[in-house]
Amino acid sequence: MDPKPMTTKERLAIPRQAMPAQDPKERIHNFREVNLGYTPELAQQEAMRCIQCKDPVCIKGCPVNIKIDRFIKLVAEGNFLGAAKKIKEDNVLPAICGRVCPQEDQCEKVCVLTKKYTPVAIGNLERFVADYEREQGKIELPDVKPASGKKVAVIGSGPAGLSCANDLARLGHSVTVFEALHELGGVLMYGIPEFRLPKDIVKTEIEGMKKLGVKFVTNTVVGRSVTIDELMGEEHFDAIFIGVGAGLPWFMGIPGENLLGVYSANEFLTRVNLMKAYDFPRSDTPVFDCRGKNVAVFGGGNTAMDAVRTAKRLGAEHAYIVYRRSEAEMPARAEEIHNAKEEGIEFLLLMNPVEFTGNEEQWLTGVKCIRMELGEPDESGRRKPVPVKGSEFLLPVDMAVISIGNGSNPLIRQTTPDIEVSKRDTIVVDINTMATSKEAVYAGGDIVTGGATVILAMGAGRTAARAIHEKLTGTAPNFNEW
Amino acid sequence: MYNIVSAIFLAENIKKIEIKAPRIAKKRKAGQFVMIRVSENGERIPLTIADSDPEKGTVTIIVQGMGKSTIELNGKEAGETIHDIVGPLGTPSHIEKFGTAVSIGGGVGTAIAYPTAVALKKAGNYVITINGARTKDLVILENEMKAVSDEAYITTDDGSYGFHGFVTQKLQELIDSGRTIDYVLAIGPIPMMRAVAEVTRPYGIPTVVSLNPVMVDGTGMCGGCRVTVENEIRFACVDGPEFDAHKVDFKNLSDRNRMYLGEERQSSETASHKCRIGHQQ
Ligand SMILES: Cc1cc2nc3c(=O)[nH]c(=O)nc-3n(C[C@H](O)[C@H](O)[C@H](O)COP(=O)(O)OP(=O)(O)OC[C@H]3O[C@@H](n4cnc5c(N)ncnc54)[C@H](O)[C@@H]3O)c2cc1C
Ligand SMILES: Cc1cc2nc3c(=O)[nH]c(=O)nc-3n(C[C@H](O)[C@H](O)[C@H](O)COP(=O)(O)OP(=O)(O)OC[C@H]3O[C@@H](n4cnc5c(N)ncnc54)[C@H](O)[C@@H]3O)c2cc1C
Ligand code: SF4
Ligand code: SF4
Ligand code: FES
Repeated sequence: MDPKPMTTKERLAIPRQAMPAQDPKERIHNFREVNLGYTPELAQQEAMRCIQCKDPVCIKGCPVNIKIDRFIKLVAEGNFLGAAKKIKEDNVLPAICGRVCPQEDQCEKVCVLTKKYTPVAIGNLERFVADYEREQGKIELPDVKPASGKKVAVIGSGPAGLSCANDLARLGHSVTVFEALHELGGVLMYGIPEFRLPKDIVKTEIEGMKKLGVKFVTNTVVGRSVTIDELMGEEHFDAIFIGVGAGLPWFMGIPGENLLGVYSANEFLTRVNLMKAYDFPRSDTPVFDCRGKNVAVFGGGNTAMDAVRTAKRLGAEHAYIVYRRSEAEMPARAEEIHNAKEEGIEFLLLMNPVEFTGNEEQWLTGVKCIRMELGEPDESGRRKPVPVKGSEFLLPVDMAVISIGNGSNPLIRQTTPDIEVSKRDTIVVDINTMATSKEAVYAGGDIVTGGATVILAMGAGRTAARAIHEKLTGTAPNFNEW
Repeated sequence: MYNIVSAIFLAENIKKIEIKAPRIAKKRKAGQFVMIRVSENGERIPLTIADSDPEKGTVTIIVQGMGKSTIELNGKEAGETIHDIVGPLGTPSHIEKFGTAVSIGGGVGTAIAYPTAVALKKAGNYVITINGARTKDLVILENEMKAVSDEAYITTDDGSYGFHGFVTQKLQELIDSGRTIDYVLAIGPIPMMRAVAEVTRPYGIPTVVSLNPVMVDGTGMCGGCRVTVENEIRFACVDGPEFDAHKVDFKNLSDRNRMYLGEERQSSETASHKCRIGHQQ
């Protein structure tokens, strides 16, 4: 089908196509995905809005430089499978990135339409194309280069590890992924909830990689079950990629943090997502019974939004976000903030907890907060919140979730002291190759950047795969041939 | 899936289970544990590695049936499988030649103390073991403990076997007899560990306890296992499970372990209800 010849003016006249979604009143009672996805018609209509810039600046906004203009052109032409192929030249997990990328800060931010109109819905289109390919059962196994005879170990099965493993397998190397948990996927499985990223999508992607020949070994904590030196020595791996994420929850260090009912976001989300506590007692792992209770989540990132919306779905009467800055500074995706509001999440902004209070049995009963106002900008350029004297008040809550970020897990660093780490305990790498200070050991994702994004982790995995391939074979891979 | 090589009851409700897990068998050190998921929808529960055989590639755990997961595990026989096992987790026991070392185990805590007692003996210590149980039938690992001890004592709360009284009374007796004790390891129910800490505190005897907070991942990712040691938050699964007994906030630990009491009861009830339905069919 040829696209209708359209003038730029006509294209600009098409409004941005909204993503159909579950009704908020309904969705707060289930864990099914909120967004329902474009229909082919909606997708084509939206793709028509792209004016096919001569200099497609959107590409520079994407950390992995997806050829956005070209895949969107294919969508407009109705060639959805061709579009999927085009995206996959640069991004192995489009169904996931289309859903979770902070597009408003990346590709869509720089789209030329953004200034005067609304940007092309690049994320929605990416998601549509990937879903279409999967739902048609048309995911083609990519070509795999002849076996190189080299063995690479990938540590951690989050987006960084998965993308690195995928590229290396396609380049003909024998790849084994070691994962600490019993389930593969990292934060995609245990952190981001089903209502935002259906787990079947992650599983399908991983099944595809198995077909490519990637071996997955779960229940193996590198640093405890086996060390990096042992993998390189006794187990004869030629190179290692470390993608272990940032998984050490920070607490606030305020009184009462150990009361019953106070969780880290990691624990709360892991119990619900990975251990299926929403299905208790059919699954064995319990979680705080939120029904009819008041829940406060501290933080303003994606994790905080996920936690508070999870609490709402578990039946919380009041579910609050308590954030010490204003909405403009919230690092969460704009769409999730919007969705949270639709779902009745109450935002308590410019507010900081100072103390948790409990009853005699040590159950949480409330949190004492202080109001904040924005002062001078800090190092991050965001205006620094300062407490307003005498403005303390008590917010009655039964459960609290602390979601103020993660540090890095000490296991690898303790058992491999020759890998250089920064003051913040992140692994130091050469950003062009992701090589660490240790020979033949590479790292990428949150363990290098601190908590960041799925797409950055995937990009790092690919950069490392490229460098590892070069190191093992002496030649640079050409991903554009894929 | 991991194969169960052998499974035998040591006492009522306490089972010794040997599981094929070669990587863990090769690596584990005294004081470390595994996380086990018995079945598909199972919880991840922590269990100490009591023993291992690197040649056979097996690890041994000793499990007391407490609730849903442990009772389900104790129902397993040789030839059956468990869904997941991961380890060895936790920081190994700090072992050196202290001189005279007393290892105290209460109930199933004896199983947890056993591997460390073996290591203490190997390091050249004079090892005294005190194993407490409520009653004679619940005494476990008596012969194993004797074999690694220079002196072995058994105490029962009801006096049905060995010394009549608590492990702390026996410990106090040893201290009062004027012997030098250089190191104490105590593992068992929280009240017992707390009592041992109070016995040794006035004498400044270095005392270590192995804490048993509720865990989820066991890798330092969730913070659910946090304990308060010297007013600081520590994660028992990576920083522990062994800590200086004189610095542990036992009250906070026992409070936090009550968190899922209601749910644990519900889970066990659902499980036993299912069993009953099964019997009727
Ligand atoms: C709740 C939540 C919501 C988020 N929402 C978004 C979003 O909407 N958009 C977005 O772009 N980003 C989001 N993020 C951030 C994003 O998920 C991360 O930046 C990304 O997952 C990092 O990928 P990674 O591969 O570096 O690590 P991870 O995804 O953390 O994966 C690391 C894996 O390594 C394993 N591992 C750790 N230690 C070891 C070891 N010693 N041995 C073996 N395996 C080990 C872990 O179990 C884990 O599976 C969110 C994060 C969270 C927690
Ligand atoms: C480091 C460590 C080593 C341990 N070693 C042994 C051992 O060698 N043998 C043994 O019999 N027991 C051991 N335990 C205790 C064992 O993990 C619990 O008895 C078990 O988790 C109970 O699960 P359940 O479903 O059978 O009982 P439940 O009815 O769920 O709980 C019974 C008790 O176990 C505690 N508990 C429940 N879930 C967990 C969990 N996920 N993590 C920790 N505690 C929990 C509860 O606080 C409660 O007091 C150890 C615990 C820790 C932390
Ligand atoms: S991967 Fe993310 S940033 Fe790149 S085009 Fe897709 S949605 Fe935009
Ligand atoms: S910048 Fe916007 S309009 Fe231009 S090619 Fe990219 S998506 Fe299309
Ligand atoms: S069990 Fe999760 S951090 Fe220790």
